[in-house]
Amino acid sequence: MKNIILDIDKLVVGLGKNPSGQRIIDGVSLQVHESETLCVVGESGSGKSVTSLTVMGLLQKGALVPSSGSVKLVREELLTATDKRLRQLRATRMAMIFQEPMTALNPVVPVGRQIDEVLRAHTDLDARARRQKILAMMEHVRLPDVERIFASYPHRLSGGQRQRIMIAMALVLEPKLLIADEPTTALDVTTQKQILTLIRDLQRDHGTAVLFITHDMGVVAEIADRVAVMRHGRLVETGTLDSILRTPTMEYTRNLLSSVPSLVPRAARAETNEPVVLEANELGKVYRERSFLGKAREVAAAKDVTLTLRKGRTLGIVGESGSGKSTVARCIVRLIDPTSGGVRLAGREISELSRRLLQPHRKKIQIIFQDPYRSLNPRVTVGETIAEGPINYGMPRAEALAKARDLLELVDLPADAVSRYPHQFSGGQRQRIAIARALALDPDVLVADEAVSALDVSVQAQVLELLDEIQQRLGIALLFITHDLRVAAQICDDVAVMQHGRIVEQGPAAQVLTNPQQDYTRALLEAAPGRGWDFANFRPVEVAAE
Amino acid sequence: MLGYLLRRILAAIPVMGVVALFVFLLLRLTPGDPAAILAGDNATPEQLERIRTSLGLNEPLYTQFFTWIGKLLQGDLGVSLISNVPVLKMISQRVEPSISIALSTIILAILVAVPLGVIAAWKHGTWVDRFVMGLSVVGFSVPVFVIGYVLIQIFAIELRWVPVQGFRSIMAGFGPFFERIILPTCTLSFIYVALIARMTRAAMLDVLGEDYVRTARAKGISETGVLLRHALRNAAVPVITVIGTGFALLISGVVVTESVFNLPGIGRLTVDAVLARDYPVIQAMILLTSLIYVTVNLLIDVAYTLLDPRIRY
Repeated sequence: MKNIILDIDKLVVGLGKNPSGQRIIDGVSLQVHESETLCVVGESGSGKSVTSLTVMGLLQKGALVPSSGSVKLVREELLTATDKRLRQLRATRMAMIFQEPMTALNPVVPVGRQIDEVLRAHTDLDARARRQKILAMMEHVRLPDVERIFASYPHRLSGGQRQRIMIAMALVLEPKLLIADEPTTALDVTTQKQILTLIRDLQRDHGTAVLFITHDMGVVAEIADRVAVMRHGRLVETGTLDSILRTPTMEYTRNLLSSVPSLVPRAARAETNEPVVLEANELGKVYRERSFLGKAREVAAAKDVTLTLRKGRTLGIVGESGSGKSTVARCIVRLIDPTSGGVRLAGREISELSRRLLQPHRKKIQIIFQDPYRSLNPRVTVGETIAEGPINYGMPRAEALAKARDLLELVDLPADAVSRYPHQFSGGQRQRIAIARALALDPDVLVADEAVSALDVSVQAQVLELLDEIQQRLGIALLFITHDLRVAAQICDDVAVMQHGRIVEQGPAAQVLTNPQQDYTRALLEAAPGRGWDFANFRPVEVAAE
Repeated sequence: MLGYLLRRILAAIPVMGVVALFVFLLLRLTPGDPAAILAGDNATPEQLERIRTSLGLNEPLYTQFFTWIGKLLQGDLGVSLISNVPVLKMISQRVEPSISIALSTIILAILVAVPLGVIAAWKHGTWVDRFVMGLSVVGFSVPVFVIGYVLIQIFAIELRWVPVQGFRSIMAGFGPFFERIILPTCTLSFIYVALIARMTRAAMLDVLGEDYVRTARAKGISETGVLLRHALRNAAVPVITVIGTGFALLISGVVVTESVFNLPGIGRLTVDAVLARDYPVIQAMILLTSLIYVTVNLLIDVAYTLLDPRIRY
């Protein structure tokens, strides 16, 4: 057996200093060995991030307090260690990388200096030696053009580059333990794959123990040696990767795995001859950056995008960040104005209409946004939010509120939710409210812009089911924007793949996602984490295919 | 950067032009005959006619405007109706006390308020935080003249450390200058300390919740390093804005303090001119105040680009 690097034993973390207060972490025991990756998986609120912050001693003082148990790093107790000792241990024995590379680096300090701070705080090296060590480390994490990047500010770097900087910063002093808290969640799949490979390689070279926190079963399948499943601050079960994925013993783990959407597209629905409700014709959007006395700079966010959507069908637009998929969605809904091309909604050209003339057509197309925490006005009741649209179109108030009640029932929320406020609901419930709001105007087309991306898998599965049900009942057409190929495979009839503002491939989901014709589509599919596993059936895909 | 500065200065010209037009029309479009306003209630028809000719009031409006602007650009702001002294001379005599006090106040306020705000944010929710915020409420709510008279009573009358009031130019030696400026500076600082400390605390609290502060802590660097190197610079933008506008306010309008300490500053000049309807002085003061605000705003924007590399114009 290899050395135990991190030993968490019966850890309890409570809310506030009151020992009888609510327990956020309730008796969790975990061990991570040398050269091993332990993946901690769980949905939001499971306590996986709190566990990692407890190890680093980075819990918010006074708010979350470890009350019993022990956390040992190479046999040294951390819970009773002084602040000074913890500071010495950070970056030297234990280091951490975070979810959002966009916000985890100080925006006003060049990245080289941010790495340099680690060396200045923990070593006696002189400036030249430090610089050499940093440049070597930056090359080690496969950053290009290290001299330039050394002097760059974070906003000049891509998300992947920033995460590499974070990894370089974490590993420059070769700590025994690396804690990675959702390090690839904010990255595109292709970048994610590179970062996961990098972490694996560095771990193999240095024998680092890795505590890897994620909610994504695909990522788990890619990187874990062992898996610990957490829920509501408790450990559900632990085991090797294979045993957790093949033979989970606990009901919760089984449900979690079953909720992971499969990359294999669902059975195709029969083609229909229903009328076309939405057409985009060579749609384009160019952003012009004007500068006073300077030259104008042009960025084409969307070019020649042509799409057709029939009543009752679902068209997915997939692509990585910056591919232009959200721009297209917003142009179609006319939240922004396209610079070229046309949009026909129920047979009527709407791309050129003025705001006032557009008004009667707006009700035919409605949109649901990604973040249910920010897309609902926190000071307006749910009922008012839903009824506002119909009231704007002349429906009497009482009737609109009655309709809001019906719609809430349609999305499986209690009718008394009308008088409550958004903060009283969970993320999944809020997204249901957002759907009810969009449906209030009886639209022909519903645009869902990453509408399930912020949700936990089990909730995601429910919302997808709801959308499907609503579509069947109301015959609505759905334009579904997502970066997640698994989600696209489970909900779309047709798929359009976008890259650099253009559609590179378009066709029936079954064809595009199983037999892609374009290199880019193929690369996207290959980068999808955990593509070798059929999670819902607890077996690798090869077996399923036989 | 240099190009940006140049563009901003060029852009300030139309702004000042609009202000000048407004100032010009102020006198011309007020109901009644400008000559009658200038001459006062007891003027004879001959006097009125003389004023009309001397001001060119019989000329068409646009000719008057360009003549007026032409003079303005040569530094001719007119002559005070009350004292018959050129306005430019009146202002230049009053500028030193105002600028001295504005500068010393803002420097003192920054030196006291920024550390207070940083500490309050760092010790958020503790008695330290509550104490600093309590002080700031006092600073906001006690009227300036009360603070002024209390300070005079203690330090000038009881302890006799400094003179009660008055102003000496710095040309006459630093000692006399300093001992007359210290009390008004402390008086005015109260409210600015309160304002800047509050702003610093709020901005620091925002920044301390940011991910990169957590990253900095995860690197094992000292708490001082986290606060000063990582948090404060990011929190500086809103704080600089408050300091800048506060400074502009200080130059142009600290009438109460100038009155309490009997300082011959711009604030009192303005109030006296308004009360006496000394239009040429009022016009000059409006122009000067606008110029100060335009300049301070420019400096604030330049400071932004220096503080935050993401802001580029």
